[in-house]
Amino acid sequence: MTLLSLTDLAVTLRNRPVFSGVSLTIGEGELVGLIGPNGAGKTTLMRSALGLLPIQSGQSSLAAMSTADRARAVAWMPQAREIAWPVPVERLVALGRLPYLPISGKIPPADQEKIDAAIAYLGLEEFRARAASRLSGGEQARALIARAIAQDTPLLMTDEPIAGLDPAHQIATMQVFADLARHGRSTLVSLHDLGLAARHCTRLVLLAEGGILADGAPEDVLTDALLARAFGVTAWHQQTSSGPVFQPLEVI
Amino acid sequence: MRLFLILATLVTVLFAVSLTIGPAETGGLQSLAALLTGSDGPLPMVMREIRLPRALLAALIGGGLGMAGAALQGYLRNPLAEPGLIGVSGSAAFGAVLALQAGLTATATLGLPLAALLGAVVGVFLVMGLAGARGGSLTLILAGIAISALAGALTSLVLNLSPNPFAANDIVFWMMGSLADRSMTHLWLALPFIVIGAGLLASTARGLDALTLGEDAAETLGLSLSRLRLLVVLGTAAIVGGATAVAGSIGFVGLVVPHILRPFVGAQPSRLLWASALGGAALLLMADISVRVILPDRDLKLGVVTALIGAPLFLHLIFKTRRELP
Amino acid sequence: MRLSKVISLLAALVLSSAAALADAPRRVVSLNLCTDQLAMLLAAPDQLKSVSYIARDPRASAMPEEAAHYPINYGGAEEVYLLNPDLVLAGAYTARATVNMLRRLGIPVYIMRPALTLDEVSIRITEMGAALGREEAAAALRSSFETELAALRITDGPRPRAAIYNANGWTPGENSLPSQVLKAAGFTNVATEAGFAYGGSMPLELLVMAEPDIIISAAAYDGHSRAEDILTHPALRALKGAVAGEQVGDNHWICGTPHVLDAVRNLSAARRALLEEAN
Repeated sequence: MTLLSLTDLAVTLRNRPVFSGVSLTIGEGELVGLIGPNGAGKTTLMRSALGLLPIQSGQSSLAAMSTADRARAVAWMPQAREIAWPVPVERLVALGRLPYLPISGKIPPADQEKIDAAIAYLGLEEFRARAASRLSGGEQARALIARAIAQDTPLLMTDEPIAGLDPAHQIATMQVFADLARHGRSTLVSLHDLGLAARHCTRLVLLAEGGILADGAPEDVLTDALLARAFGVTAWHQQTSSGPVFQPLEVI
Repeated sequence: MRLFLILATLVTVLFAVSLTIGPAETGGLQSLAALLTGSDGPLPMVMREIRLPRALLAALIGGGLGMAGAALQGYLRNPLAEPGLIGVSGSAAFGAVLALQAGLTATATLGLPLAALLGAVVGVFLVMGLAGARGGSLTLILAGIAISALAGALTSLVLNLSPNPFAANDIVFWMMGSLADRSMTHLWLALPFIVIGAGLLASTARGLDALTLGEDAAETLGLSLSRLRLLVVLGTAAIVGGATAVAGSIGFVGLVVPHILRPFVGAQPSRLLWASALGGAALLLMADISVRVILPDRDLKLGVVTALIGAPLFLHLIFKTRRELP
Repeated sequence: MRLSKVISLLAALVLSSAAALADAPRRVVSLNLCTDQLAMLLAAPDQLKSVSYIARDPRASAMPEEAAHYPINYGGAEEVYLLNPDLVLAGAYTARATVNMLRRLGIPVYIMRPALTLDEVSIRITEMGAALGREEAAAALRSSFETELAALRITDGPRPRAAIYNANGWTPGENSLPSQVLKAAGFTNVATEAGFAYGGSMPLELLVMAEPDIIISAAAYDGHSRAEDILTHPALRALKGAVAGEQVGDNHWICGTPHVLDAVRNLSAARRALLEEAN
């Protein structure tokens, strides 16, 4: 089943074309890493795919949906980890159930189970009653992922979720997405850490030069030629006994 | 649920106390009996036509302002947002004064609150336009200061131009607000606007909760941001318009009440709405009781008391926000 | 600086004493509603050069038509100085700064105190006559005022309880001209019962509790003011016998002039109507 389908998508912001001719399909059980240099339009691509930005031409399956349908098709985690009020973690995670709740706002037992599951999945039990806005950055990131998971959508889109996290939290976060993929739920994640992208993603999309430069398995995208062209760096890339290892080396 | 019971009890008690306070020193129980049974003499008239509308208006307006403050804060995700501080009350007062001096109120009964509502709508749109929907604290407060100053100056201008020699003295009333000598007529003028406004704001509860995660995330949770904005603007304007038209601009209620109650509702914007309505009613009843107890012989303005409570808290909030922001 | 001050002080002294020594003042300017009216009643032709703008306002002034024959002033020191007066008439509440400025400029200023009783009205007439050098006219006006008042004054019979209630709930107390006018017209003032010695804001509640037989209020001004809202409060309207000030002659008792007789006359008529209604 196709969870996201972009056809010949083009976006112009403030009279500046950001990208054009973007076509992309995401199916079940994928962890797709969206990589590209600063300013390539990764955030713009995700937001326009969601229908949060006006599209000049082309189509996005998500943008074509009604807001209610979209809320059941995709969960979105913006880059800014915004938690405006000191709500308890449990309440924060419960926000993921908003699209499903009855008018009264009461949380039915089935929904509460999903909330509890998401909290347990991210290991947040001990923070359940703590004010989410007062947690550390890593804990906040986990709480927000739990919120997105509680939304229980087949697709999760997340913008640089591991930026600013310590290595343990970075790895744990990518493992959560990989685990979701193994259970059939797909994630489109934008990130700058090519090493983590190489290790955890099932597929990489390289956005550069106003369009998709490459789309495929990590080893097919992270080639010397493409890296030099898109990022202007050299890298060391090796398949080891503990998985693929990728390390950028020099600026060309 | 316990919080709501406590607040409701508080409002009931304060309402009863408010009814028993006045320059005509009658026993509390005797006054309440006169209100209910309508015994002979002038006391029932005092209770029904003077004290009852005053207490009802305090509860109604306080409740409305508390709720409007909670909704504005939730929508702008900013604890400094408050109808008085961001110039909405001032704009409403200007609308009301304009209608009164132009004689519009003589031809159309609802002209007064409608004009105040219109002023409030303009005020909210201006402040949201100037500060942006994300409402950074600094731009929000600056926009509010500018709009308050402009609305205040225009209000003073209109009152100074009035052929009525007493009009200029009314400037204090429109700036600071008072419930002295209001009647049932005023209650009926304000009631529909505040009730409709509260209804509109109540329908934003879920949207305000979703906004905790920011606009993008809220929108992908199935929320229509433009619809939410419209509801918040119209709801706030209806409440502030109805309240200001009959009682002048009373500041700080919408700031103080949500701030105090937020920890008790787990900071959840939706639950804060109704808690702030009850809390606002209690605060304004308390303020209106204290203006009559502290200075019984003078018409001490309500806004003086609410500002004395609210301004130090506002300074504290600015200080806190300053520490949190770069 | 100091020297110039001394000189101007000396000049002021010389001028004012000169004015006092000379015959009646020839160029009189009045800044106050009450001095306006007394001066218009007493001044010789062409002696009074200007009256205040309020003298033309029929709500406040008992003599708006007469005032229309005089140039008006707004009470600014500069404006008054340019009229070149040899006597300025001011009230006790006329802006201090203006009065002091005029005195510094060497213009004699006569300050008339307000009349708080009907006897003081007589005294003010005499005093104003002296200030204008019109003693004979003043004596004639005083004697006709006193004769008429004696004829109008009601001393026996029932005394209905009246309240004078104005914007902001203002009510004059025992020591005020309106209260004395009420008394002369055969009423008791409710504010006196409530302990208002000079006047003040009477809460609406107290007025309702006092249950006066008649309420006298000034008619509302154009435009709108919250201060006057109190006069249309349902609780007030529910009380019987509200009378607008225009009918009674509110403008007739603001100042202590013989025009207070009109107020006494109108109030007496209101009292008669009230007593007839009761019977």
